[in-house]
Amino acid sequence: MSTVASQKRGFGEVLWDYLTTVDHKKIAHLYLFGGGFFFLLGGLEAMAIRIQLIQPENDFVSAGFYNELLTMHGTTMIFLAAMPLIFALMNAVIPLQIGARDVAFPFLNSLGLWLFILGGILLNCSWFLGGAPDAGWTSYTPLSVTSPGHGVDFYVLGLQITGAGTLIAGINFLVTIINMRAPGMTYMRMPLFTWTTFVTSTLILFAFPALTIGLFLLMFDRMFGSAFFDVGLGGNSIIWQHLFWIFGHPEVYILILPAFGIFSDIIAANSKKRLFGYTAMVFATILIAFLGFMVWAHHMFTVGLGPVANSIFAIATMAIAVPTGIKIFNWLATMWGGRITINSAMLWALGFIPTFTMGGMTGVMVASVVADYQYHDTYFVVAHFHYVIVGGTIFGIFAGLHYWWPKMFGRVLHEGMGKLTFWTFLIGFHLTFFIQHFLGLMGMPRRYWVFLEGQGLDTGNLISTIGAFFMAFGVIVMLVNVVYTAVKGEKAVDDPWDGRTLEWTIASPPPHYNFKQAPLVRGLDPLWIEKTEGKGNVTPAEPLDDIHMPNSSFLPFLMSVGLFIAGFGFIYQVDYGWAYILLFGGMAMTLACMLIRSLKDDHGYHIPKVELEREAD
Amino acid sequence: MKGWMGKFRAIALLGLMSLVLSACGKENLTALDPKGYGADQSLYLIILSTVIMLFVLAIVMIVYTIVLIRYRKKKGQEDYIPKQVEGNKTLETVWTIIPIILLLIIAVPTITATFDLADESAASDSLNVEVTGNQYWWHFNYEGQEIQTSQDLYVPVGEKVYLNMMSSDVIHSFWVPSISGKMDVNPENENTMYIQAQEEGVYWGKCAEFCGPSHSLMDFKVIAVSQEEFDQWVEDMQNVNPEAEPESTVAQEGKSLFQENNCMSCHAIGSSPAQIGPNLTNFGDRSTLAGVEDLSKENLVDWIMDPESLKPGNKMTGNYPEVSEDEAGKIAEYLMQLEPSEITPESAGTE
Repeated sequence: MSTVASQKRGFGEVLWDYLTTVDHKKIAHLYLFGGGFFFLLGGLEAMAIRIQLIQPENDFVSAGFYNELLTMHGTTMIFLAAMPLIFALMNAVIPLQIGARDVAFPFLNSLGLWLFILGGILLNCSWFLGGAPDAGWTSYTPLSVTSPGHGVDFYVLGLQITGAGTLIAGINFLVTIINMRAPGMTYMRMPLFTWTTFVTSTLILFAFPALTIGLFLLMFDRMFGSAFFDVGLGGNSIIWQHLFWIFGHPEVYILILPAFGIFSDIIAANSKKRLFGYTAMVFATILIAFLGFMVWAHHMFTVGLGPVANSIFAIATMAIAVPTGIKIFNWLATMWGGRITINSAMLWALGFIPTFTMGGMTGVMVASVVADYQYHDTYFVVAHFHYVIVGGTIFGIFAGLHYWWPKMFGRVLHEGMGKLTFWTFLIGFHLTFFIQHFLGLMGMPRRYWVFLEGQGLDTGNLISTIGAFFMAFGVIVMLVNVVYTAVKGEKAVDDPWDGRTLEWTIASPPPHYNFKQAPLVRGLDPLWIEKTEGKGNVTPAEPLDDIHMPNSSFLPFLMSVGLFIAGFGFIYQVDYGWAYILLFGGMAMTLACMLIRSLKDDHGYHIPKVELEREAD
Repeated sequence: MKGWMGKFRAIALLGLMSLVLSACGKENLTALDPKGYGADQSLYLIILSTVIMLFVLAIVMIVYTIVLIRYRKKKGQEDYIPKQVEGNKTLETVWTIIPIILLLIIAVPTITATFDLADESAASDSLNVEVTGNQYWWHFNYEGQEIQTSQDLYVPVGEKVYLNMMSSDVIHSFWVPSISGKMDVNPENENTMYIQAQEEGVYWGKCAEFCGPSHSLMDFKVIAVSQEEFDQWVEDMQNVNPEAEPESTVAQEGKSLFQENNCMSCHAIGSSPAQIGPNLTNFGDRSTLAGVEDLSKENLVDWIMDPESLKPGNKMTGNYPEVSEDEAGKIAEYLMQLEPSEITPESAGTE
C-alpha cells in the first residue's frame, strides 16, 4: 500500500473497490455491514412483535402482518444476520490466525458474499411486492404450500440464493484451513476459533444440501405443479419437516460452534492462560458436531413418530449435554488460577457462561420427551432457543466484534459504551426471555398473534416487552459506539489485548497481503510462546520474496445479480409470461459470467520484494 | 464451603417448589397444576429435570463466582504471569462421568413415561373420539355413538378417552395443558393419544402448531363431567332431532333463513360427520363462540355479519349471501336455542 492508500479516495472509487474486492478483510467488512443491516431489520421486526404482545388482544398489527413479522424475524435473524456476522468474523480473522495471505478461493469468497446480500435483498423485496412470507421460518408444509400470494416464493428463492452463498463460504473455509496453514501449524496447534470454523464448515457442507433439496421441492410444488407435499395427490407433508430439520438442527451448531471458538480465544487471552484441556475442547467440538446430525427428530417429538423413535432421539439429544458441559467446565478451569482482565469482549464471554448454561439446561429438559409434550411449540421453547442463540451466538458475535474490531478497522471500540451495551442488553435479555419459560408452561403457544384476556398471561408478556426495549437500547448504544469510534476512536496498536495468536503479530489493520513472510509456528498460542521467550515477534518461516496476489473482479457481483433477476422470473412466471424474460435473462447473465471466468486467464499480480522492503523502512 | 453450597441448593429447590405449588397461571390452562394423567407425567419429568439441571447450574455458578472473585486482575499484578496449565485428566474425567450419570437419571423415567403414554392396548374397550383439526376449529366425532360436536369435547372424569386425530387441511396440534401434553394433527396419518381427566372441570385447549392467521384463536374446551352426567349427555345428544321446530316465531324465522342462506352446505345439525364448518347441534350449550368470544346473541350477530373481524382468514367469510342485521338476529335466535342437553359446562363445576 504505497502511494494510493495515502491519498483521499472518492466515494465512487471506494464503492467500486468494495464491489470488486476479493480481499478477505474487505469481504469481512461487507459481511459485517450486510449482516448488521439485517440484524437491525430483524430487531425492528422483533420489537413490533413484542409491542403487539404488550397487552392481551392488542391490535397494533393485523393477524396476517404479524405472521409476516414473525416469519421474517426468524428467517432474517438466522440466515441474514447471525450467519453473515459469523462469516464477517471468520473472514476477518481465520486467514490471520493460521498465518495465511488470503482464503483458498478469493473469487469464490466474493461470490458467496454477494449471493448472501442479493438473496437477502430478494427475500426482503417481498415486503414491497404484495406481502412477505407468512408460514413461519420453518415453513412447514402444507401451510407453506397453500399460503396465498408470493410471500413463500420469495422465501424459497431468497434462501436458495443465500444458501448457495453459505455453502460456497463453508467449502472455502474448509479448504483454507486444510491447505493454507503456516509452516508448523499442525491441526493440534490451531486456535480454537479456527478449529470451530473448520468444524462448522464441515457442518455447512453436509447440512445445507438438505435445505437446498427441501427448498427445491417446495419451489416445484408452489410454482410448477408437483405434489411432493400434497397428501391428496400421494405426497407427504412430514417429509418437509425431516428435510428442514436435517438441515435445521446442524444449523443450530453452525451458529453456536464459532461462538464457542470466539469465547475460547477471548477467555484464554484475557485470563493470561492457555486454554485448559485444549485437546478435550477440540474433541468436544467434533463430538457436538457429529451428534448434531443425529438429533433432528427432537424437533418432531409431537409429530407422532412413536415412542421408539422419540426415545432414541431423546437419548441422543441428551448426550450432547456431555461435550457441552466439558466445554463450560474447561472455560471455568481456564480462568481458574489466571489473571482475569475484564474488558468489553471479556464481559460478553462472562455473560455468556451463565446464560448459555441456562439455555443448555432447558435443552436437556426439552429433550425429555414427555416433558416436551408440554414445552413443544410454546414460549418455553421460544425462551430456550433465544437463550442458546442470543446467549450463545449473539453474545459471541458481540464479544468477537469488540475483541477484533481493532484488527478489522484499526481503532478500538469505546470501552465505556461497550460496557453500557453489555449491561443493558444482558439485563434486557433476561427480562425478556426468562419469564417466557413460565409463560409457555402457563399455556402460551408460540406464534400467537394475540393472547386472550383472563388467561393469566398478561403480566409475563408485559415484562417480556419491557425487557425487549432494554435490548433495543443496548443495540442503539452499540451503533453510537461504532460511529463514535469511526470518527474519534483511539488508534489501535498491533496487539491491544496482549494476545496469544498470530493475528496479533501484524499491524492493525493488516496490510492487504497480511503477512510479509509466513510465520513459523512452534506450538499452540505462537505469539505467547515468543513473548515468554522474550522475543518481540514470531520468526518468519521463509525469506522475503515477491508476494502473489489475486486480481479484483466484478464477476461475482454480476453473477449474483443475474440470479437475483432470475429469482423474480421464477416467482412471477406463474402469473405473467414476460417473467420468462427475467428468468432466462438472469440465468444467461450468470452463465455468461461463469463462461468469462472460465475462459479468461487471470494470473493475478505480484508485489515485488523491493516494495515490501521499502515499506519496512 | 460445603454448608454454603447446601444452603444454596435448598434455596433453589424451595424457590422452584414454591413456583410449582403456587401454580402459576390460570388453573384451567396451566401445565404447572395438572388435572390429568398425561399432564401429571409431564410435570413429574419437568420437576425432575429442573432439579437436576439446577444442581448443575448451581455448581457452575459457584465455581464461576469463586473464579471472578479470586482471580480477577488486582493492582500490582501487571507483570504476573499465571502458570500455563495443559489440563487435568482426573478433573476432565469427573466432569464427563458425572453429567452422564445425571442424564441417565433423567433418561430412564423419560423413556418409561414415553412408552406409558403411547400405550394403546386398552383403546378398543374405551371411549374413542375422532378429532379433526380444521382452520380454525375442532371437530369431535364420538365413534360408534353417532354424536358429533365441535369446539367442546365432553369426557367422563377418570376414564381414558382415546383420541384418533387427523387434520382436514394444514397441520394443527391438540393441546390441553392442564390435562395432557400435545400431539400434532397431521393431514396424512392418524395420530393417537389418550387423555384422562382426574377432576371435573372445564379445561382450555389450544392449537399449538402454527396454522395460519387465526392460529391464536383456535381454542377449544375439554369438559370433564361425572360418568352419570356424561351418560346423560350422550343420551341427550343421541335424541336430538335436527328437524325440530323452535318454539319462538323469531327462531322459526331464523331457522328458515338458516336454510335459505345455504348455511347447511357447510354446517350440520345432528349426527352428520365433519363438514367445512363446525357442527352446530349443541351450539347454545357451548362455553364460547368460535372458541374465543363470550357466547352471547350480540357477539353471534357480529360474527354472522362479519366473521373476518373476529377470526381473520376463516373459511366462512364471503361464502354465503349477505344478511341484514335483522336477519342475522333471527338466525342467532335460532342457533342460541339449540340446547339439547341439561349437561353443560356449568355441570363440570368450575367455569
